[in-house]
Amino acid sequence: MVNIKELKASIGETQILKGLNLEIKPGEVHAIMGPNGSGKSTLASVLAGREDYDVTGGSVDFDSRDLLEMDATERARSGLFLAFQYPVEIPGVSNINFMRAAVNGKREHEGLDPIKGKDFLNLVKEKASLVELDGRLRNRSVNEGFSGGEKKRNEIFQMAMLEPRFAVLDETDSGLDIDALRIVANGVNAMRSPDRSFLVITHYQRLLDYIVPDFVHVLVDGKIVLSGDKDLALKLEEKGYDWIKEDVIA
Amino acid sequence: MAYDGNDKVLEEVTGKSYEFGFTTDIESDKAPAGLNEDIIRLISSKKEEPEWMLKWRLEAFAVWKKMEEPDWPHLQYKKPDYQAISYYSAPKQKKQLNSLDEVDPEMRKTMDKLGISMEEQKRLSGVAVDFVMDSVSVATSFKEKLGELGIIFCSMSDAVKEHPELIKKYLGSVVPTKDNFFSALNAAVFTDGSFCYIPKGVRCPMELSTYFRINESGTGQFERTLVVADEASYVSYLEGCTAPQRDENQLHAAVVELVALDEAEIKYSTVQNWYPGDAEGKGGVFNFVTKRGICHRRSKISWTQVETGSAVTWKYPSCILKGDHSVGEFYSVAVTNNAQQADTGTKMIHLGKNTHSTIISKGISAGKSHNSYRGLVQIMPSADNARNFSQCDSLLMTDTSGAHTFPYIEVKNPTAKVEHEATTSKIGEDQIFYCLQRGIDEEQAISLIVNGYAKEVLNQLPMEFAVEAQKLLSISLEGSVG
Repeated sequence: MVNIKELKASIGETQILKGLNLEIKPGEVHAIMGPNGSGKSTLASVLAGREDYDVTGGSVDFDSRDLLEMDATERARSGLFLAFQYPVEIPGVSNINFMRAAVNGKREHEGLDPIKGKDFLNLVKEKASLVELDGRLRNRSVNEGFSGGEKKRNEIFQMAMLEPRFAVLDETDSGLDIDALRIVANGVNAMRSPDRSFLVITHYQRLLDYIVPDFVHVLVDGKIVLSGDKDLALKLEEKGYDWIKEDVIA
Repeated sequence: MAYDGNDKVLEEVTGKSYEFGFTTDIESDKAPAGLNEDIIRLISSKKEEPEWMLKWRLEAFAVWKKMEEPDWPHLQYKKPDYQAISYYSAPKQKKQLNSLDEVDPEMRKTMDKLGISMEEQKRLSGVAVDFVMDSVSVATSFKEKLGELGIIFCSMSDAVKEHPELIKKYLGSVVPTKDNFFSALNAAVFTDGSFCYIPKGVRCPMELSTYFRINESGTGQFERTLVVADEASYVSYLEGCTAPQRDENQLHAAVVELVALDEAEIKYSTVQNWYPGDAEGKGGVFNFVTKRGICHRRSKISWTQVETGSAVTWKYPSCILKGDHSVGEFYSVAVTNNAQQADTGTKMIHLGKNTHSTIISKGISAGKSHNSYRGLVQIMPSADNARNFSQCDSLLMTDTSGAHTFPYIEVKNPTAKVEHEATTSKIGEDQIFYCLQRGIDEEQAISLIVNGYAKEVLNQLPMEFAVEAQKLLSISLEGSVG
């Protein structure tokens, strides 16, 4: 589904991704872990098409299309979703109206008419229950005055609404207490399916107790230096990242 | 009426340039360029005005001659040559076009985006059509209904002739002739406008809109509007039109006066999108407007404006809260793009006890435009327990645009409570990217963000107006993020 080859990207003069390779097949959940500054969030931003980053080499194939050729909107409409580490607030724009614009954008891309009001509201009801997002939050301005946990739940709610082919979760666990973590993870798990893939970026192993990955990769200095199964995450939790720097890279 | 009829003074100020006499031999319906007493006499006579009206105009002209154009606004423009303007041309005929194909394609594109019907597009762009009958019948039934309630809604010219007692009493009572340079000019040469009177205890059942009387007489360069709401009455008045209007007049100096008698309420909404000029600001309209309302006991005046047009805007809809327990509100969204300049805001003058005012101003600057909020909150010694809340926000779309806030607060009564909040922010690239990542395209993203930002103000507009205003904001800001 997603095939990243020798991806290089920089911001300004600083090169951050230095030849990253990763293949994700349909239905798979991959986790990326790594120390601060290794390029985890850059990878998420580059995949989503943020223009602050210059892609200086490599390729990304998404469902047999050249992802890097598409603009951010087209990537989203083609089924790529990014759950942001820091979801922004958009004052005065209700969550519901925002999602309606998003859903209709995707439908337009698929050659469908805008969704009917009643169908939309039913969909909202169904998906909101996945992450226990109550009516109050649905009608409020996008993320405005939401707590950290509410923002992350809102991200997963949006993901459920848009039913992406490929979802990137950028440190979705940061700032979550254990209850919120469980709610978010349950939402993600409910969406796992044979034709949907996930890339879970996290600093801590904790999230992976709830969202169990098929593969775990370690990103150090812009490259994946080690891959394994879920046990690798446990080892990282126990031993930190320094041993990798010493053993693997040296 | 403001004119107090001192004939001696009048003689002094008018006597001098009388030597050429009153010329009636101008046959064309357009006065020669320039401004002098003869021209004013011509305007007055063309409009078959009574003598008192002419006196009022002449007095205004005498005042204007002694005044200077203000240079305190944060605006830069070449001051118009007031002697190069023609101050009278008979009901202005737009150039007649034979089909919509002759209309400026840019303008058509905008009208399409606003969702304006073909018929309406033709009317607005001056294409000759035969549907006028329809429009007349709409206007007629509308007038009948108002007539039953005793509501007067007519052109200022008709009002001067048909309701002289009301005009004498209220014209110039809120914005005196000598108030400022532009109000004096307007008083001297105004050609038409609207007059509206709501009798005691009557709640006007529909939004009164100039739209309904636009066919009767073209709106002029120097418009004069007077709305009087008698005791315990209510009216919602809509000014302007959300369709793009290319106007040949470069200078607009309108005056609007609102009178809310005891327990009355006036809601006055404006959507202004006159031609802003090209990207360099060339050819745009100069909009110098004086708008003011006076609130008597327990009355309320609410100004709502969405300003997206004109090259230069100078406008401060204000409230004089004279009566105890009266309420003044000002809600504004002002958008400037390209080389547009706006210096706009409000004045809230608290005289009565327990008077309240609210100011919500949202400026949006794009391109290399400049947008200034200028507001005065004045609490006079008599205004016990007066209360004001002001919120002035500025949103910058580009690094080259500017936002300025000039709040003036004068409190002369220790029981007053005045709050002022101001923010300036740049439209967030993070916000835009967030929208893009959800599959919303950039144009729609900006529209969502800007409309969200202006929501508090847009919510104040009557429903159908609000929808068009939203579209208008998006159109004004297309491709403007940088």
